[in-house]
Amino acid sequence: MLKRVLLSLMVASALSTAAYAQEPKTGGMINAVIQPEPPGLMMGLVQNGPTQMVSGNIYEGLLRYSPKLEPLPGLAESWNVSEDGKTYTFKLRKGVTWHDGKPFTSADVVFSIEFLKQTHPRARSNFAQVDKIETPDDSTVIFNLKEPFGPFLGVFEVGSLPMIPKHLYEGTDFKTNPANNTPVGTGPFMFKEWQKGSFIRLVKNPNYYIKGKPNLDEIYWHVIPDAAARAVAFETGKVDVLPGGSVENFDVPRLSKLKNVCVTGAGWEFFSPHSWLWLNNRQGPTANKKFRQAVMYALDRNFAKDVIWNGLGNVATGPSGSSIKYYSSDVPKYDYDPAKAKALLKEAGYNGEKVRLLPLPYGETWQRWAEAVRQNLQDVGINVDMVATDVAGWNQRTSEWDYDIAFTYVYQYGDPALGVGRTYVSSQILKGNPFNNVEGYSNPEIDKLFADGAVAFSDSARKPFYDKAQKILVDDVPVAWLLELQFPTITRCNVKNLITTAIGVNDGFRDAWLDK
Amino acid sequence: MMNFWRTMLRNPGGVIGLMILILAVAVAVFGPLLFPTSPWRMVQRPFLPPFTAPGLPLGTDALGRDVLAGIVHGARVSLLVGLVSTMAALAVGIPVGAMAGYFGGRIGDALMRFTEFFQTVPSFALAIVLVAILQPSIVSIVLAIAIVSWPPVARLVRGEVLSLRTREYVQAAVVTGQSHSWIIWREILPNALSPVIVLASLMVATAILLESSLSFLGLGDPNLMSWGYMVGAGRTVIRQAWWITVFPGIAILISVLALNLIGEGLNDALNPRLNKEGR
Repeated sequence: MLKRVLLSLMVASALSTAAYAQEPKTGGMINAVIQPEPPGLMMGLVQNGPTQMVSGNIYEGLLRYSPKLEPLPGLAESWNVSEDGKTYTFKLRKGVTWHDGKPFTSADVVFSIEFLKQTHPRARSNFAQVDKIETPDDSTVIFNLKEPFGPFLGVFEVGSLPMIPKHLYEGTDFKTNPANNTPVGTGPFMFKEWQKGSFIRLVKNPNYYIKGKPNLDEIYWHVIPDAAARAVAFETGKVDVLPGGSVENFDVPRLSKLKNVCVTGAGWEFFSPHSWLWLNNRQGPTANKKFRQAVMYALDRNFAKDVIWNGLGNVATGPSGSSIKYYSSDVPKYDYDPAKAKALLKEAGYNGEKVRLLPLPYGETWQRWAEAVRQNLQDVGINVDMVATDVAGWNQRTSEWDYDIAFTYVYQYGDPALGVGRTYVSSQILKGNPFNNVEGYSNPEIDKLFADGAVAFSDSARKPFYDKAQKILVDDVPVAWLLELQFPTITRCNVKNLITTAIGVNDGFRDAWLDK
Repeated sequence: MMNFWRTMLRNPGGVIGLMILILAVAVAVFGPLLFPTSPWRMVQRPFLPPFTAPGLPLGTDALGRDVLAGIVHGARVSLLVGLVSTMAALAVGIPVGAMAGYFGGRIGDALMRFTEFFQTVPSFALAIVLVAILQPSIVSIVLAIAIVSWPPVARLVRGEVLSLRTREYVQAAVVTGQSHSWIIWREILPNALSPVIVLASLMVATAILLESSLSFLGLGDPNLMSWGYMVGAGRTVIRQAWWITVFPGIAILISVLALNLIGEGLNDALNPRLNKEGR
């Protein structure tokens, strides 16, 4: 029954992405851009964005996720959760082999988790609640949890838990294992060659366990260091796929007007990058709640969306992105209202102290955005001084709390317990990390709501905690939420079915095909 | 003095340069009265081409900011940086060069080796490193430009002083028991000044270019609108909106050209060998 439901979900999502169903064609080669060049392709050791993008098609996780973040079968063909939310049983697909021909079994799953607990910070916290893992047979894995962990079904995506071949890594030093240079996974594509500084070539896995897939024969990932050159490579037809973030925003409208070019913002639902301004809650004018609310009213976020991001993305309503579980829009609203901002500043007793603004040094788009925000804030009478910085300086200042207002964006990983809570709970106030509770917001009520929400079991039990947390946070404005970002993926229109899951290009080539 | 002006005015290039410079200074001084609001203010829809909207003759940039207002406010920054950093460079270069030339010997050698040390490092690379280390701000930019541009001044002054100190009137001053500083300050330097003035006018031009280049690379003061910043920010959209880069580029070109013409004119007017009648 469960399988049938899932199957119909898959079909539904496939139908909704394609305007009309077409029979996939087999064969063909795709040229894509990878930016920047990944430091390595062994996904268990390196978790950078570009590594995930290439290797997500070589390795696989137990589950995949639909754009609505519902779990889909991956290496696990079915799963079962016990009534008390403490036992998760996964049935693995039979007949799956590694690229070198060895069979994939439940022992590999256990080994992968052991491996990743040493090398993958996120996996370490995701599996902290696991008490023990049982493998009654080669195709069954049972996780026993100490306490129920609400988001547990959301941590089996390929970037969070890639399956690593036990027979190649057991008993070796993971970091120096020669197999790292020739990654071996179970995925639809196999690693073929990597000319450093030039391209990475993947070829079809002929023994893939889904008959007829993948449709493509080869993928070339081209390394092109300059943003303008990447845009030109697309224009001249050298590449067919520009994954999100590989060209500057202002090039997007120009490229999307070309013939036979399709643009989509889909495929980032799992990460749902959320941008905001850190407001230092510890000191200075930003320590005052009224001042922080004034900042929210002063920001013209629709302008930022339309002009700086070329209309891509959504204005953020609060701490959670709208694709994140338990997102609630029933929160106080902050529309662009300079008059209200001025009134709040007066109430806050702000007397023109200098406020430092730290931009995010990720290129032109972010610099322009910082300039627009500075103007918004100056317009309501906030004395803003922009600080110039580079990436290292930005990391240093935010992780050491040396700022008044600072730009950032953060991945949310689908569930408030995985990617949202860390920004607001007081246990995450730790120097040295630019992605935890950097603003220094501390509220025992919020701490309790996030703690209870994570261990409550079943969606209906968890939702009330997060509804309440969002309401309180939006009223308190610990940080000034800007936009739910969208990184558009630009392709030739004859590249079909590339983006069907919540991580888009990262595992999308399994189902992609080329219309000739 | 009359003679100087007469020669200067006889040089058409110099006159044109002077007129442009006076105009640029006027814009820098009075422009902000014409454009009283911040040049960073988003006033209209972005990417508005020139001469399409009333009050925005040069169009708007990627955020809808008035390009003309940017150029007017940028004039202040560019000229100020050019002037102040040249002053600072002269303040270092003249004493170093004068002492090296006047005292010679070990002191002269030491000072000149020190100067050469700065000359061997490519000046623009050094300026980038300095600004990056000190964090981009108007002070660090002026400082960096001054640091990379004083060595030529020192060398020039040293050469002039070397040749002047053997003159009879200098030796007469030595014989009458004047102090070293009196001799350098009152006897030698006034006579060594003409080439320095010419050099300084060219240094202002170079400083404007250096500031523009730094801003172009994103190392400008993020709180000040400058021509280099405008070119740098507009460069990425040049295929959609040429006017964002072209107009500030022209502003840089014209003001640097003007300063060069003035330098040429000054050279003609101040160089005694060229200043002869019947030339």
